[in-house]
Amino acid sequence: MKSKLLTALLLLAVALPASAGEAAPTAADVALEKRVMAISEELRCLVCQNQTIADSNAGLAVDLRNEVREKLAAGMSEREIIDFMVARYGDFVLYRPPVKITTVLLWFGPALLLALGLWLFLRTVLRRRASAMAPLSSTEHARAAALLKNTEGDR
Amino acid sequence: MTAENAADAPTRSKWRFLLPLAAFLVLAVLLFVGLGLNPREVPSPLVGKSAPHFELPQLHRPDQRFSEQDMRGKVWLLNVWASWCASCRDEHPVLVELAKSGVMPIIGLNYKDKREDGIAWLARFGDPYVLSAFDEKGKVGIDYGVYGVPETYVIDKAGVIRYKRIGIVTPQIVSQKILPLVRELNREK
Repeated sequence: MKSKLLTALLLLAVALPASAGEAAPTAADVALEKRVMAISEELRCLVCQNQTIADSNAGLAVDLRNEVREKLAAGMSEREIIDFMVARYGDFVLYRPPVKITTVLLWFGPALLLALGLWLFLRTVLRRRASAMAPLSSTEHARAAALLKNTEGDR
Repeated sequence: MTAENAADAPTRSKWRFLLPLAAFLVLAVLLFVGLGLNPREVPSPLVGKSAPHFELPQLHRPDQRFSEQDMRGKVWLLNVWASWCASCRDEHPVLVELAKSGVMPIIGLNYKDKREDGIAWLARFGDPYVLSAFDEKGKVGIDYGVYGVPETYVIDKAGVIRYKRIGIVTPQIVSQKILPLVRELNREK
């Protein structure tokens, strides 16, 4: 009971500042706001690295959203704004990393591992099946007979 | 396994049971190295590029302005700080000490702060800066790719950023990275 209360209190403590930090800038232009959000979804918040700047309410994320909004209002294209951010914060600011030599393993590593796993699995299964089907050779027959004879002799 | 098969490849299969162990060790080493990496340290694309241009009012003298152009021909340190930043307080004594040595001028960039708070903070903890530029809105911070105060840049005589430190400057960073670099850059003409 006590621990439940504690949990509830903790959850509340976590939730409160989150809602208090809510910063929803009111832009008259809904269409502009939509574009701001679309770009923000592509940009990583560097303070809270697993969030986009659209999701995050960290000070920097709010600043960067404002920056995006200003640049859109000034007539910059989506591409130009993304490039602006990359020039300052590096590729890491992109929520979807670009395919480059340094990110090849990141992009294709999982598929590679899956292929390797499938290959090992198939090979093992096929080998087992082949060895189960193979008829015994004459030497094996002789050994089996000898073993059987031994066990009979023991009785 | 049949006797024939076993006879075929006794050497090959002798050590095969060690394969999973080897795979595990490789993975363990990879993950261990990963533990030591700091995900907050993102390599800056600005290193090796010209320091972005800015012009800001000074913290102590609002009527005077400062631009990175004013430092042309000098090797200098740009330190981003704020009175609300707790780790800046940890870093501060190191900067005060470095300023005393007089090896290079240190310029402060007072980032997203209140003017009176910044001035009071420096009065309390000491002012290692030749001057501080006052970046109230954090716009210059964005141009410099600032995302975690404190951040420190070493800028050479031609105005090119040669080194960036994200997070606090420790005495080790000063003696192992900053001082050797600044000495080297000072030798360049």
